[in-house]
Amino acid sequence: MFDKKAKPSPQRQRQLDKYQALVTRLSPKSALGQGLFRSFWVGGAICCLGQAIIEIGQGPLHMASNAASTLCSTVLVFLTALLTGLGVFDRIGQYAGAGAFVPISGFANAMVSPAMEFRREGLVLGLGGKLFSIAGPVLTWGVSASVVVGILYALFPW
Amino acid sequence: MSIFLNLLKAFAVGGALCVIGEFLELKTRLTPARILVGYIIAGVILSAAGLYGPLADFAGAGATVPLTGFGHALTTGVKHAVQEIGLIGAFTGGLTGTAAGIAAAVFFGAVMALIFKPRPKE
Repeated sequence: MFDKKAKPSPQRQRQLDKYQALVTRLSPKSALGQGLFRSFWVGGAICCLGQAIIEIGQGPLHMASNAASTLCSTVLVFLTALLTGLGVFDRIGQYAGAGAFVPISGFANAMVSPAMEFRREGLVLGLGGKLFSIAGPVLTWGVSASVVVGILYALFPW
Repeated sequence: MSIFLNLLKAFAVGGALCVIGEFLELKTRLTPARILVGYIIAGVILSAAGLYGPLADFAGAGATVPLTGFGHALTTGVKHAVQEIGLIGAFTGGLTGTAAGIAAAVFFGAVMALIFKPRPKE
């Protein structure tokens, strides 16, 4: 049998070192660069779509700026929920990573996805409860931080 | 022409905010849920410090669509409510400012979960 403890011949060792150098040179750096590139263009495209919705709201639809940004988040949330239901958003998420989950689309996906999956555990604790399994922590800490800011602002307005 | 510039600014700033999240995920092995919580708290704090407002004015949806923008909406809502009704506004303003996004996500989430069946994971 092959003896794992036996030292490889010098020639074989050179080959192994060369191979190891090749692996370290090629693999991690390119994976990082590729991940960053994908998240940049997909995340940018989602925000760009959001801006297009705002421009449509303020232009042809004659909406005030805050109404237009409300329209923007509502439409993006709807599209993400629909694409998650169709199974398309999971593929976008696998491709783009943070590019898909950092925008508000990630928040919507984080609600729809577990709600769909746990629906078989019932409409109340399954669908209704799991809807918040990832969005819950985000709301808990976001709302709590904003209450702290509000109290500070009421005491020491800046 | 100004519309094209607005779209470009939203693309660049929104993309940059996502790249920071991707970098954190790949380099620190933080789970996406932790990164999202970090983003929203960062948005609340940056907005309270007066740094996020100018970015939102500059980049539009590029700053408001990422989750930091959600934190920014919480803070602007809370400050507005405190100006109007005093201390108790600290408890009403945040959710008022973000009501549409939350209600839309809850409602469309529930509807889609009723309509669609989950697919087996590949």
